[in-house]
Amino acid sequence: MKSEDLSTSLQEQVRAALKNQTPFAIEGCGSKSFYGYPPSPDLNRLDVSAHRGVIDYAPAELVLHARAGTRLSEINQLLSDNNQLLPFEPPDFDGSATIGGLIASGLSGPRRPFAGSARDFVLGVTLLTGSGEILEFGGQVMKNVAGYDVSRLLTGSLGTLGVILDVSLKVLPAPEVEITRSIVVSRQEFQARLQSMQRSMPLSAAAYQDGCLKVRLSGSEVAVSAAGQTIGGEEADDAYWGELNTLECFTGVKNLWRVSVAPASQLFLGGADDGAAVIDWGGGIRWLADPEFNPRKKLAGEDGHATLMKYDKESLLSGVDIFQPLPELLLGIHKKLKQQFDPTGIFNPGRMYRDI
Amino acid sequence: MQQTPSNNQTGSSAFESDPGLIIGRLREICGEDIITDKPRLAVYEADGLTAKKQLPWVVVLPSTIEQVQEIARLCNQYEVPLVARGAGTGLSGGATPHAEGVLLSLAKFNRILSVDTENLLARVEPGVTNLAISEKVKDLGLYYAPDPSSQVACSIGGNVAENSGGVHCLKYGLTVHNVSKLKIVSPTGELYELGSEAFDSAGYDLLALMHGSEGMLGIVVEVTVKLLPVPEAVCVVMAGFNSVEEAATAVGDIIAAGILPAGLEMMDKPAIRAAEAFVHAGYPTDAEALLLCELDGIKAELETQLGALKQVLENNGAMAVSTAHESEKRARLWLGRKAAFPAVGRLAPDYYCMDGTIPRRQLASVLTRISSMSEEYSLAVANVFHAGDGNLHPLILYDANHPGELKKAEEFGAEILELCIEVGGTITGEHGVGIEKIDQMCVQFSADELTIFHGIKAAFDEKKILNPGKAVPTLHRCAEFGAMHVHRGEEKFPELDRF
Repeated sequence: MKSEDLSTSLQEQVRAALKNQTPFAIEGCGSKSFYGYPPSPDLNRLDVSAHRGVIDYAPAELVLHARAGTRLSEINQLLSDNNQLLPFEPPDFDGSATIGGLIASGLSGPRRPFAGSARDFVLGVTLLTGSGEILEFGGQVMKNVAGYDVSRLLTGSLGTLGVILDVSLKVLPAPEVEITRSIVVSRQEFQARLQSMQRSMPLSAAAYQDGCLKVRLSGSEVAVSAAGQTIGGEEADDAYWGELNTLECFTGVKNLWRVSVAPASQLFLGGADDGAAVIDWGGGIRWLADPEFNPRKKLAGEDGHATLMKYDKESLLSGVDIFQPLPELLLGIHKKLKQQFDPTGIFNPGRMYRDI
Repeated sequence: MQQTPSNNQTGSSAFESDPGLIIGRLREICGEDIITDKPRLAVYEADGLTAKKQLPWVVVLPSTIEQVQEIARLCNQYEVPLVARGAGTGLSGGATPHAEGVLLSLAKFNRILSVDTENLLARVEPGVTNLAISEKVKDLGLYYAPDPSSQVACSIGGNVAENSGGVHCLKYGLTVHNVSKLKIVSPTGELYELGSEAFDSAGYDLLALMHGSEGMLGIVVEVTVKLLPVPEAVCVVMAGFNSVEEAATAVGDIIAAGILPAGLEMMDKPAIRAAEAFVHAGYPTDAEALLLCELDGIKAELETQLGALKQVLENNGAMAVSTAHESEKRARLWLGRKAAFPAVGRLAPDYYCMDGTIPRRQLASVLTRISSMSEEYSLAVANVFHAGDGNLHPLILYDANHPGELKKAEEFGAEILELCIEVGGTITGEHGVGIEKIDQMCVQFSADELTIFHGIKAAFDEKKILNPGKAVPTLHRCAEFGAMHVHRGEEKFPELDRF
């Protein structure tokens, strides 16, 4: 595994940019370049991909500490060699995802409702701020309430608050076996069916697509095979979850909406015109493929938010908001936080919200 | 060494110029639910950190969100310090009153508003006790996972403020992992929501930021917690060891074997003996260290894990291994651990509970160092340890009536915290900084890091009226404290003179 510490070089680049007031688009390997607003073409790139390598990993501590440019594929391999995993199952869209990019985007995979999200497993972050300082927040231990929880604040902030230089994550033992079952259930019934399973089944993923409830069971061989028999249905390919996680199953879709709602929500369950193509996260994510309407209109009055996950040029030109617009008071807090971390706005301007 | 907060961070003009006006306005807002007389104010003079006492100027006990909004607006207008308080069980002085401030008790916000069995959520007011939530949903086969040892008394709002843990954190997480939504009143009196009933929200993760913010960023007026199905099966295994090292190795081996215990607790000999003498839990009093390991989950899964666990314990020379499946027997094994603090409390007139976290592999060396410090200070110490997540609670025994002994205990404690930082850990795992550990914040964080914390505070609370003087020290205070935390070769506080 390649290992190189480029903190000082990155810090120098940022300090130079600060003098000249030339903003950056922070970049790892670009596997999530489609996500969020596209960076303006005249921005300089701050390439973090060579700042890589695992700094510390002791399996018995359940903690992994790695530089931002470390490839997810390498981390997954290392963890798998020690029968452990990243419980939030981060997506690797083209095989080149970096751990820094994953934490900056805050994305989690199908295991999320059962294991937790990216931010749930972040223990500490070293940050290169917009003032050119290198600061450490959190640490390599699992319980830490000293100071505000900046590491979790940074998770999902899309590089708008600074450059993540390294990150510590809690890891967990990997299940002995995993199987996927597919059960024919109607749209009206799948939520109730799933709720009944949650009590006594070792679920690690649950999705609904094309009239089938797909569930993944994880745990010891005995427990998983017993649960598989109780659940019934047919055995299905585990690769399903990978294709869903990397959005491969949406190849060809021009505008892909990710609508996050309470799992039992009745939104977008209906027929072809407003129904979700796939429902993941045990009901919590409704994927809408090329809908003829803006899903946000139907969200009014219900908890949840919609993200335009993949878009074509036309949608972008139409001025649609990629991320759910924030209430005014929250937007104000966002702007003030941005001001504290990146006073002159040199990191990822407009990547997340137009004026952040 | 430690002081109660002085009013050096907020203007005190209103308090000095026209206190009557503010009391009058508070009376208009709260009616009878206001306390200004000394005997009744005394009830609020301290939280669980009883060594730090301070009478508040006035206590208000609102019962509606609108009242909280008006109180905040008033305090913000006149720049009067506003300290929120739940049950007052916190151990770091997070709810210690401000001499010239309003203490806002959320005790009347004690209703469970709704339980959603489809999304497994409960919407509760902040004054509801932690345990009351689990009690309420017990018949539905559900519970709320975080279980700080004060769970019968501590409030959920306080749990959010401190990001409280408990003995089941390794598997089930802290408060931040188990809350999906908050309603907050800002210092300017505005009501807003963070988080959602969905699994995530748009924008920065302000929900996470609010957890453990010790009442410095906003006032929590409603909490939506996640509920979990009660596990199908539970068992507790107790094992004694001839040395702390053996017990520590066993803990590492348990994790390395792929077992994720629901709870994994360690006690050293003084703690074992004190607990056994107090509650007769059946602990081996000749053991140097004791492990309690709780497994839970689906029945079939549990049997496999139990077999693997026993193998690991045997390989590490465990003695007096005992397994309890029935709830009564399990409770008996837990009883000693849960009563460890009061049990140790019987050994001396006073004890001081510390709360550092360390990488687990450092346990044996940290305990050795603590033991030699104990000799140096001539103060006995007993250790209980959330071994699964590295959270160490040394209990320093002292006698407050003995002149100078409290000070000695505090210095001992401070040295333990600095040791935790030295080995790559933190000064507080779950109790919070409050006023207790505010000086050690200067050791753990650099001036630039503290400046970011102050910046975050300002983003939420421009006039700094919420809980002033807590959790994050001023750079000036750090300079006075004189901690020289040299961070990445940079000198700390270069802009300040050295005293």
